[in-house]
Amino acid sequence: MAEKSIKFEVVTPERRVFSADIESLVVPAVTGYLGIWPNHAPLVTALDIGVIQYKQAGKFKKMAVSGGFMEVIDNKVSVLADTAEPGELIDLARAEAAKERAMRRLSERKADLDVKRAELALKRALSRIKAAR
Amino acid sequence: MASARDIRRRIRSIKSTQQITKAMKMVSAAKLRKAQTSVIAARPYAYKINEVLGRLVGSTEGYFHPFLEVREVKKIGLVVITGDRGLCGGFNANIIRMAEHFIADTEKEVAFVSIGKKGRDYFRRRGREIVEEYISIGDNPTFIQGKELAKRLMALYTKGVFDEIYLIYSEFRSAMSQKPVTMKLFPVEPAAEENAKDVEYIYEPSKSGVMDHLLPSYVETIVYRALLESKASEHGARMTAMSSATDNAGEIIAKLTLNLNRARQAAITTEISEIVGGAAALQ
Repeated sequence: MAEKSIKFEVVTPERRVFSADIESLVVPAVTGYLGIWPNHAPLVTALDIGVIQYKQAGKFKKMAVSGGFMEVIDNKVSVLADTAEPGELIDLARAEAAKERAMRRLSERKADLDVKRAELALKRALSRIKAAR
Repeated sequence: MASARDIRRRIRSIKSTQQITKAMKMVSAAKLRKAQTSVIAARPYAYKINEVLGRLVGSTEGYFHPFLEVREVKKIGLVVITGDRGLCGGFNANIIRMAEHFIADTEKEVAFVSIGKKGRDYFRRRGREIVEEYISIGDNPTFIQGKELAKRLMALYTKGVFDEIYLIYSEFRSAMSQKPVTMKLFPVEPAAEENAKDVEYIYEPSKSGVMDHLLPSYVETIVYRALLESKASEHGARMTAMSSATDNAGEIIAKLTLNLNRARQAAITTEISEIVGGAAALQ
């Protein structure tokens, strides 16, 4: 019964991003960061924009996700996100540029600014930068 | 009988048409393969979201969300997904026919959200009300496109522009067969999971909190899938249509070549008999 690994799967509407056995992970749930270890109780949670950190073969790795939700059952974790990018595949320069753009937009406060959208863009850019480093 | 020269000219013309249809067939085949991969890649997400939602629906009595609200139907929104281009057999016509049937079967007021040029042009010509239109979706719809569209539809429903929204699109069966389908999008009626595993889940932040997140994603997935299926169908239909066009052109060419040879032989025969006749007259 006492499993030592978790099947971890990340899918987006466009493709399956990740699928492998891992040791543990921490996800950005809407209620705050949530740690999952093997033999976790069944759980369904909505996810926030942020970084998933997981431990695979003794190494910590990161992945940027935006929104979606996660299901945990029988040592299997399925993350369904709008977008998901493993940290090593993120173009840091592009993420930085997106951050600058979002910050500029927010600081200019033009009349037609969609504040919520700009804030989300900033949040996404920040999480991607965090995952890439 | 047409002269040999006329026949030669027709054969040349048909041959160049055949070249075009052949090229289109091969392009469609390549695009179809790509579209098919996207359809398959979208499945795991869709299955999972259906599964989780289905399980939640059964256990959240008294839960309310604007997407689930059933109103008295005054106006129905039809989201009709067609292609931007023709030359794809009955693909666009089948979708449009389905939409026409829908209108004929209901007494309610109907307005359109048309995706694809063909559908838009058709309904505009007939003076139907088009609330929104989208053209040039491209050959590979992205999830972002599906999401944007879904957002617009959610707004149209929650603002009360429409009291029911249906999707009419082509379901991809195989390269040979595509089936137009009508699907109710709003109000959302997720099917409860039949053989739900009897597991007590922890819901964070709560069942209704998860539902609030899940429903928009669910709608987005459905819309995105409809776009994908429709694209794959379009490429499939075009490939089949172009394949048979190429075959037909081949048949016509064969027939014309036969006629050409006959005409040529007839001309030779006439010439010979004229020469023989001339020679006989001299003796």
